[in-house]
Amino acid sequence: MYVWIWRHLPGGMAAKVVQTALLVAAVSALLLFVIFPVIEPHLPFTHVTVNR
Amino acid sequence: MKVDGVQTAELPAEPLPPSGMSGGDRMRWLARGLGQTLITLGVVMLLFVVYEVWVTNIFAHAKQQATRKQIEQSWSQGKDPLKGSDRLKLPSGQQVTIPLGVGFANLYIPHLGKDYAFPIVEGINDADLEKGVGHYPGTAIPGQIGNFAVAGHRVGKGEPFLNLNHLGPGDAVVVQTAKNWYVYRVMGDDATGNVSVRDLQGIPGREIVSPNDVQVIDPVPDNPGKKPTRAIITMTTCHPKYSASSRMIIHALLDRAVPVSGKALPKELGGTL
Repeated sequence: MYVWIWRHLPGGMAAKVVQTALLVAAVSALLLFVIFPVIEPHLPFTHVTVNR
Repeated sequence: MKVDGVQTAELPAEPLPPSGMSGGDRMRWLARGLGQTLITLGVVMLLFVVYEVWVTNIFAHAKQQATRKQIEQSWSQGKDPLKGSDRLKLPSGQQVTIPLGVGFANLYIPHLGKDYAFPIVEGINDADLEKGVGHYPGTAIPGQIGNFAVAGHRVGKGEPFLNLNHLGPGDAVVVQTAKNWYVYRVMGDDATGNVSVRDLQGIPGREIVSPNDVQVIDPVPDNPGKKPTRAIITMTTCHPKYSASSRMIIHALLDRAVPVSGKALPKELGGTL
């Protein structure tokens, strides 16, 4: 997949590196600010209360 | 470009469907795909750790600052979410209702740092616990005879209870309401410094319990159905750190209450009251 992406990015080496960095940043932001907040309540790491 | 040309030659046909490949090529294609997937999963998990211990703190910090401001504002306008004159005279069992998510007190634990201060909000849902330490609805309010039970995050989300395990017998837990400062002291054996020793009612300073052991927030902790005679604060958080398999519980007994007087702080916080 990564090879496919790399090959389909337009431009020369420098342009590809910049685009790759942007893609990584975009995916990280999506995970950190959208996906993780949504799935976190369903994971057992942050349960601090006692209940039945 | 030469670089691209070389790279293309070194990484053959990976994205193409495996049909039309020789057996060895197909194996290589599969192995590479598996490797990339595993590396991706690893990176995503690392990113989740970054999120949990760092990013959530940034968001929660902002929310907790806003809650502190909300509390300050309502106090300065003479609006106390815990309306009533003297909490110590409120009969046990009688309860004021506070809207969920509204801050009504501040928590100070000097042993955990001079600047340790968190707002206490009503409710223990995820949204409430991001705004500060959450009060179990229906349990006593600060200073009231009974059990003032609160929950807080251990890791991330402002992590108010990160170092709760550092508390020992006699350490002050200070709660500020609009009207009073309440100084609670962690239970356990003062003489030996053993925080796990239980008193005559069987209440220790610290205990590790299972997540469904709700008797720790009963009016008399660990004594279901008993009528309370003392004012206790109970703090619950997850245990061990980074896990939620158990809960760490800290019980502290009300030592004294002093009326709020301007900006003066109680002695436990380096003040004069």
